[in-house]
Amino acid sequence: MIPFDPQIVAFCCNWCSYAGADLAGVSRLQYPATARIIRIMCTGRLEPQFILRAFELGADGVLIAGCHLGECHYITGNERAKVKVAMTKELLDVLGLDSRRLRLEWISASEGIKFAKTMDDFTKQLVKLGPSPLRGGTK
Amino acid sequence: MTKIKEIIEDTKAFDCVECGKCTSLCPVAKLNPNFAPRLIVVKAQEGMEAEIKSDKDIWSCITCEVCNDMCPYEVDFSGFIQRMRVEATHSGNMPTCSLAGAVHAMERLTGTGQKQNRLVWLTDDLKVKEKGDVYYFTGCVYQLGVLFQDKAPELKQVPASVVRILNAAGIEPVVSNQEVCCGHDLLWSGDEDSYTELMEKNIKTIKETGAKTVVFSCAEGFRTFDIDYQDFYGDLGFEVKHISEYLLDLMDEGKLELGGSDSKVTYHDSCRLGRHMEVYDPPRDLIKATGTELIEMLSIKDKAICCGVNAFVNCGEVSKRMQVERLLEAKGTGTDTMLTFCPKCLIHYNCILAAEKKPEEIKDLKIKIKDASNFIAEHLKGRSQG
Repeated sequence: MIPFDPQIVAFCCNWCSYAGADLAGVSRLQYPATARIIRIMCTGRLEPQFILRAFELGADGVLIAGCHLGECHYITGNERAKVKVAMTKELLDVLGLDSRRLRLEWISASEGIKFAKTMDDFTKQLVKLGPSPLRGGTK
Repeated sequence: MTKIKEIIEDTKAFDCVECGKCTSLCPVAKLNPNFAPRLIVVKAQEGMEAEIKSDKDIWSCITCEVCNDMCPYEVDFSGFIQRMRVEATHSGNMPTCSLAGAVHAMERLTGTGQKQNRLVWLTDDLKVKEKGDVYYFTGCVYQLGVLFQDKAPELKQVPASVVRILNAAGIEPVVSNQEVCCGHDLLWSGDEDSYTELMEKNIKTIKETGAKTVVFSCAEGFRTFDIDYQDFYGDLGFEVKHISEYLLDLMDEGKLELGGSDSKVTYHDSCRLGRHMEVYDPPRDLIKATGTELIEMLSIKDKAICCGVNAFVNCGEVSKRMQVERLLEAKGTGTDTMLTFCPKCLIHYNCILAAEKKPEEIKDLKIKIKDASNFIAEHLKGRSQG
C-alpha cells in the first residue's frame, strides 16, 4: 500500500501530450490516478505562476508535458517552456520546495506508453519525497 | 464608522479642497486622461463607495507620491489608495498582475513555513553571524533575480555585494534563513492578510537575533518596515536604516573607503527611497565617494519620474511611456550607466530595454541599468585598519 496519495497537477499540451494521455486511456494502460490533467494549447502558454499557484494550492507535484523539441505545433513554444521550467525549478529550490516536485517531459501523441510510465515514475518519486510541505509534509 | 469613512479620516482626504494640484502633476493623469487622483478623493467624500471599489482606476495609480508631496493640505493619497485597494479586493475588484501574479505567489510562498534555501548566495568568503547588532534584511532580491533572470540577472549578486561591503567595513551582519518577504507587493496589491502574516514572521525573526539596527539594500523593504510595519505593528524595537545612510556613517567613522572609479553615471531616485522615505542625498554622496562623476538627469529627487509600475500591478501603455521618458532623460546625460537602489526599477527598465519591439525613441539606446549596491561593491578600497 502506498503511504499517501500524491496529488499531481499535469499541464499537457493539446497537440502531443494530451493526445498521448488519450492514447494511454484508449489503450487501457494502467497508471496511478494521481494526476489532474489540465489541457493547454501549447507548453509555451505556461506561466511560472501556474506552477507556483498549483503548489500554493497544495499540489505535491507538477508535471509539464509537451511535444518533443523541434516538433512543437507552434514551432518554438516548447523551447520557451524549457527555459521557464528551468527558471521555476531554481526558484522552487530557493523557496525550499524541492525542485524534483516539478518535472518536464516530452511526450508525443503516439507515446501512450511513455505517458503511463511517466505518471508511474513521477508518482513513485513523489511518494518517496512525501507530501508537499504546504500540506503538512516534512518542513 | 464604516471602513471607507475611517480611511478618509486617517488619510485626511476630508481636507481636500479640490484644487486639482495632484491631477495636474500626476504622471498617470498626463498620459491617461481618464485617470484623476482628485476625482477619486472627491468620489470618496461624496460617499460613492461602491463606485471606487469597482473602479479599475485605483489600480492605475502608480503610488509614486508626487501628489502627496505637492498637496497643500497634506492629503495622504497613496495611503488612501493602499487601503482602498484592500477594500476593492474584498469586493472582487482584482488587479492585473505582471507574470500572471508569479511575483506575488513567490512572495507568499516564502512565508508558508517550509525550510527555505534563501541564503544560497552566501559563499565562504562572506562573513555573517547568527546573532548580533546589525541585521541585513536581504528581502526577495535574489528570488527576483531568479524570476527575472532574462532581464535582471545581476539582482542575484546584490545580497553578496552588500555583505562584502559591510565586511570591508569590519562588520559581520546577521542574515537569516527564516526571513520572509517584506510583503510590500502584497500590501499594495490589496492582499493585507498575507502581508500581515509575513510582517509578524519577519519581526519575530529579527527580534530573535537581538539586532539593534536593520539595514536594507532594497528601497521597498525599507519603506515597508519604516512606514507600514510601524503603522500595523507599532514600535518595532529596532532601528531601520537604508544601506546608503548606513555606509555614509561608516565612512564618516573612517571604517570604509571607496574609490578607484573614473566612470560617469547617472542616478535614478526610486519613489520608495525618494519621495516615500526622502533619502535623496546619501545615495548620491556614496556614488560620488567612489570617484565616479555623477551627472544628474533633468527631473531628480522629489521631481523624479517613476519607473511606471508599482507592486507588479497594471503594467501597461502608460508605464511604458514613463519608462521611455526616463530613459531619454538618462540618455541626455551622456552617460552609459544608470544606477538605482530599487530592484523593481531595475527590472522594469531592463524589461523595456530587452523588449523585442522597442518604442522608436529608444531603439538604439545603449544604457546599462545597474544596481547601486553592486556598483559600490566593485569600488571598495581594501580593508581599512582599525
